[in-house]
This record gives sequence, C-alpha cells and structure tokens, in this order.
Amino acid sequence: MWPGCARAPTGHLRMDEQLVRLRAPLTDDVLRTVRAGDAVVFDGVIYTGRDAAHARLAALLARGEPLPIDLTGQVIYYVGPAPPRPGQPIGSAGPTTSGRMDRYTPALYAAGLKATIGKGHRSPEVLAALVEHCGIYLAAVGGSGALLARTVVRADVVAFADLGPEAIYRLEVHSFPAIVVNDIYGADLYADARRRYRIAPDAEG
Amino acid sequence: MTTIPLREVNVATVRDAIEQLCLDANYVAADDVRAAFARAAEREVAKLGQRVLLQLLDNMTIAAGERVPMCQDTGTVVVFASIGQDVHFVGGSLRDAINDGVRRAYTAGYLRASMVARPIGTRSNTRDNTPAVLHLDIVEGSDVELIVFAKGGGAENMSRMCMLTPGDGLDGVKDFVIETVEIAGPNACPPVIVGVGVGGTFDSVGTLAKLSLARQVGSENPDPELAALEAELLQRINALGIGPHGFGGRTTALAVHVAIAPTHIASLPVAVNLQCGPAARVRRLVI
Repeated sequence: MWPGCARAPTGHLRMDEQLVRLRAPLTDDVLRTVRAGDAVVFDGVIYTGRDAAHARLAALLARGEPLPIDLTGQVIYYVGPAPPRPGQPIGSAGPTTSGRMDRYTPALYAAGLKATIGKGHRSPEVLAALVEHCGIYLAAVGGSGALLARTVVRADVVAFADLGPEAIYRLEVHSFPAIVVNDIYGADLYADARRRYRIAPDAEG
Repeated sequence: MTTIPLREVNVATVRDAIEQLCLDANYVAADDVRAAFARAAEREVAKLGQRVLLQLLDNMTIAAGERVPMCQDTGTVVVFASIGQDVHFVGGSLRDAINDGVRRAYTAGYLRASMVARPIGTRSNTRDNTPAVLHLDIVEGSDVELIVFAKGGGAENMSRMCMLTPGDGLDGVKDFVIETVEIAGPNACPPVIVGVGVGGTFDSVGTLAKLSLARQVGSENPDPELAALEAELLQRINALGIGPHGFGGRTTALAVHVAIAPTHIASLPVAVNLQCGPAARVRRLVI
C-alpha cells in the first residue's frame, strides 16, 4: 500500500543528469513522477511568501475568509528578495529557511498548494501533510540568489503590498532550478543523503 | 619626556571605508572563499553535491559581474574596530559615521534592509539596515583596523553556545562542535565555516567565535595544538555526510577556526558561530 495519493512508482527510469521540467498548476499525476533527489526546473508562475505573508494567509484560512490568490496546484517560494537594480525585475533572490513557515504550511497544502521551495528541514507535521495532500517540498540552493534572480522574467506584487519585500509576488520564471527534498511517497533526501555519505567514526581508523 | 603626536582621522574616512567594505563583501566572494569552493568542487564525490558547488561558483561570478549581492540576505553588519590609542577622531561621532556607512551601502547599493528595531512587538524594519553591531577595541599605535561582516540570519540562527564544565574537557568541546553542525544540517547553507570560541566568559565567548571567522579560509592556526584540533574537527564534520546544502557528500565544512581565551577555574565556555560558505562575507581594512 502506498500512502495518501501515491501509487506504485512507474516510469521513473531517467538519466541521472536529465532535468524534470515543472509548470504550475501541478497535478497529482505529475507529482507521482518526481522523487526525492530529482533535479527539476520550474517554468511559468511561482508565488513568493515568507513569515509575515504566511501569518496573514493562515489568519484568513482560520477565519474561513477567501485567500488573495488561488492556491490550487500552485507553488510558493520562500524568499525575501533584495531590491532590484533599475531595469531588473528582481534583486538577488535565494531561498530562506523553510522551518519558520512550518506552523502555517499544512493548512496551505490542505487548501490546494502543491509545492513549496525553500531550504532546510521541515517539521513532521509538514512531512505528513505532503503525503496526505499529495504535495512536494523542494530546496533551491541557498546563497545562489544572484543566479536564481536571473531565472525570473517578471515580478508583480499580488497581495499584501504593505509588507515590502515580504509581500506576495507573482514571479514568472524560466528554468528556475530546485532539488526535490520530500516527495509524495514520503522519501526525504536530507535523511537519505546523510545515511549514504556518513562515514562511521571507527571506519576512520 | 617625549610626546607622541596624535594622528587625526576624520570619521568621514571611516564612513566611506565601511560603505565600500559592505558593498564589496556582498557583491564579491573573497579569494580565499572562492578558492576553497573550487577545491571542494574538484574533490566532492557526491554528484548532486558537486552540482551545488558548481552552481555556487557560477553565482559568485554572476554577482561580481552584475554588482548584485551573492545572497538576498545581505545580513547584519558586524564591525570590529581596533583603534590605535594615538588616534584622535575628528569630524563627528565615530559610531554615527559607521552607521552612515552602512546606511549608504544598503540604500544606494541595492542591498536588502534586514534589521528590525525591536526584536519583540512591532519588529518594524529600520529600512536602511542600521544599526551595525559594533565591537570597539583600543590597541597600541595609530592605525584603525576595521573588520566588517555581513552576517546572514540562516547560519547565525543555527549557532550555539554552552557553559561546559572543566570536567567535560576537550572531548566535551569537540562533541558540542560536531553536534552543532549536525543539528544545523542544511539550514545553515553548508558548506559552512565553523568558528569556535573556547574560554573567557558567557558574554565574551560568542565574540571570540565570531572573530575567529575573520581568519583566511585555509590558513594554518599558528598554535600547533589548535591547528591539530581544527584538522580533527574538520575531518569529523566532513564525515557527517551532510554535504553541500544537505544533499549529501563530503563537503559539509570548508574550515574550522578555533580561538581560545583565559577562563575561570570553574568554567569551560564554548561557542560555535556558523558562517554559511556560499555567502561568507568578511572584509578587513587598515586606515
């Protein structure tokens, strides 16, 4: 038996270096084909959101009020960009630590969100929500904000403009690179990676 | 009796130096850091890990070329100013001049303002990344040495300190360092540079750890006992398997720097200040 919406994986025979291209809205069928450790690139629309925007989204959901954006099938990228130079759509734009959004995240996956992009560990509650609601969590490479900003073609504020860099932006991206950390099957790249590359103290001699 | 003439330094010189150091630190990877990444990319056995290291090297090239910050978290500015006792500052307040330098860099240089005035309650942004955290020291001579960090929040948040007891000994110190890197995992943006302070008091040990991060990556500790400790800790950390960005591999840290200070007979304070390698931004200038 596979948990949640997962099915026995099929068709996951892909070359090591082949990149999977993803574009929102994401469907369960698409997410069944990606696995922890896959290098993917996003095209199309992703939304930004970090601490303050998440607190507001969670408050709206708790009161049963509509959200300013439809999350169905969408992607949220945890980022607080640097200000853009004139003529640029966005300044340096790498991921921030995802764990700070953990308390708000399960409710967003329940509301239709399909993927989040950040860096670092998620809580057990978020990992359970991924399996339950058929969602994935990805990491972008922290500290590569200049490179990631180059993949952003356009950036528009779509909610909470008063929050400045913490507002929700709608980003149009082309080949935005990320790595799948947690897939819908419950696999966790961070845990697997440590097991695979750890050298036991006594093996060192 | 001979009198030593005071050297007059206009604080505007300090302001301009701080501005330039902040801009340079955010846009341009230091040579020692870039070289450490290049060495790591050659050696890394994990394919995904190697891909991350190459992406970070590309990022350094793009940031320097476009004059955009390597990381959107352009950090808290931490300044260590060592002031010769024969210096007389003119032209205004030294503290204000340092903050003016920060303000100019962060507003005109398209760097992110990341400071909130009050840590609890409103947490409203000061909008120009001031104030800097300022450590002042008075030393002999007539030089002014400035060390400027743009310290990101991700790695700073994973830093830890502990008041060990003498009975915990060297093994206790080592285990605390390893444990800190292990807990931090991917959150601190590995490969990290690990700054370790041992000794002093509760308040001073964290400063000792931070200042150790100003040493060149790849430099040898002049104290042979500490050099051996650094080598052992680096080997143990890179055996954890965390790897670049936590995706697995043998490059979890680029360097471990240990600094010590005299301490109380009852005490063994230890602090571990983590520095993200991808945006390790520290600059030094003597004026």
